[in-house]
Amino acid sequence: MERFASRRRSSAIMMGLSTGVTAFGLVFLALILGTLLWKGLAGLNLAVFTQMTPPPGGKGGLLNAIAGSLAMTSLGVIVGAPLGMLAGTYLAEYGRYSKLASLVRFINDILLSAPSIVIGLFVYQIIVAPLGHFSALAGVVALAILVVPVVVRTTEDMLLLVPAPLREAAAALGLPRSHVILKVAFRAARAGIITGVLLAIARVSGETAPLLFTSLNNQFWSSNLNAPMASLPAVIFQFALSPYADWQQLAWTGALLITLTVLTLSVLARWLSASRTNK
Amino acid sequence: MNPTPETVQNSAPKITVRDLKFFYGDSLALKGVSLPLHANKATAFIGPSGCGKSTLLRVFNRMYELYPHQRAEGEVMFDGLNILDPGQDVNLLRSRIGMVFQKPTPFPMSIYENIAFGIRLYEKLPKSEMDGRVEKALRGAALWDEVSGKLNASGLSLSGGQQQRLCIARTVAIRPEVILLDEPCSALDPISTAKIEELIDELTDEYTIAIVTHSMQQAARVSQYTAFMYLGDLVEFGETNHVFTAPRDKRTQDYITGRFG
Repeated sequence: MERFASRRRSSAIMMGLSTGVTAFGLVFLALILGTLLWKGLAGLNLAVFTQMTPPPGGKGGLLNAIAGSLAMTSLGVIVGAPLGMLAGTYLAEYGRYSKLASLVRFINDILLSAPSIVIGLFVYQIIVAPLGHFSALAGVVALAILVVPVVVRTTEDMLLLVPAPLREAAAALGLPRSHVILKVAFRAARAGIITGVLLAIARVSGETAPLLFTSLNNQFWSSNLNAPMASLPAVIFQFALSPYADWQQLAWTGALLITLTVLTLSVLARWLSASRTNK
Repeated sequence: MNPTPETVQNSAPKITVRDLKFFYGDSLALKGVSLPLHANKATAFIGPSGCGKSTLLRVFNRMYELYPHQRAEGEVMFDGLNILDPGQDVNLLRSRIGMVFQKPTPFPMSIYENIAFGIRLYEKLPKSEMDGRVEKALRGAALWDEVSGKLNASGLSLSGGQQQRLCIARTVAIRPEVILLDEPCSALDPISTAKIEELIDELTDEYTIAIVTHSMQQAARVSQYTAFMYLGDLVEFGETNHVFTAPRDKRTQDYITGRFG
């Protein structure tokens, strides 16, 4: 009885501690989101989506930055996601037991945790410096390089979750390897792989550092991939550091837009993976 | 020492195993097994866990090749060709020697697609003919009456016993010559088990069957031949009623009477 009471006591203490720490973390999250909503919503109006970034003191919106972000993020994902899926498929299927695969997996893990500014500098060295100017294309390459490791990892993990008996059953029908992978393993892992791509989009849509070295920024509308292009993170970076109140307001609003996008993508990813496990 | 198989009239071997050794890395899992699988008969493999019966089954369709460090030595003759010959087309081999697994493994697609999928790989059929083949396969697996109204439902929506019959239907659909069953009833309730055992009996009209089972009663009910394995050796092989009523080896007798270690 005595020992039972002391166990209950220590359980209550541990429970209290972990609840407290969780609350501590959540308070800051709530503070950040709250501030962002408060300051961001104040500047949210139609002009944000219809007008270009203004000069200091002028009226304007974030249209060119939003369009630039959308263009570079989607191109980066279109380039990076298939590469990541192919590499992830190699790791989980063809090369699962090979030495090369463990090397690739190791390098991919390094890439996954590499600071994004390093990726920005790398692309600066291989594209921006030789061409002699900043360009949206360089931004796309930098984002694609960030997308690849995320998608490699999730694709591999999701394919590894496909039960071995399912693969054996497919092979037992005389299906060639490629069919086993494409028609059975991918089907079973589909929701998880799509979730991985969504998370990769969420990850790169807020990246600033790699864009500062590559696509830089652009005050005006540009659809030229060979020229600098505006993006939300770069505009936020520039406007938030400026001394002008109207620029700062636009930076808050831009930050809110990115946060909402990432939030939506994450919720979507959660919902998708939940629907997968419920099946 | 390998026991000599008893000769039984009118059943030529479909598959003949000679001195088969199997390695997981360096460890020897089959220590030189020889036996025939008679055509249009069911051969049951019994023995305690780890005796090598599943390993042997997975040699027949070279399933072990999906994993590294596993290899087989010896000879497994199937219609005049050695299954272990590296020049064998493994996919073709697997289309002729089908396999049903312990746990039901329907593919994540509709009931119809689960069956049509395998057929499509080997034959291009017009829709009407494909419908016929799917129906025939489902009837062959005694599943048609239960699913005919919901062929587009997911294969995963079926009960465990139905899923297992779907897997049998899928295997039968591509018209193999031999069907390997690896403890096909161990995840099923007694009623589903009875249905599948009945089915196995019917399947021997057209196919040669090899079944691994932990249930002695099941082996006695469904098979014409029984092989008792122990620690990687084939201890006894013969007609099922002989093995069960008058085993020649003390170990076989101990195992089937439940007195084993």
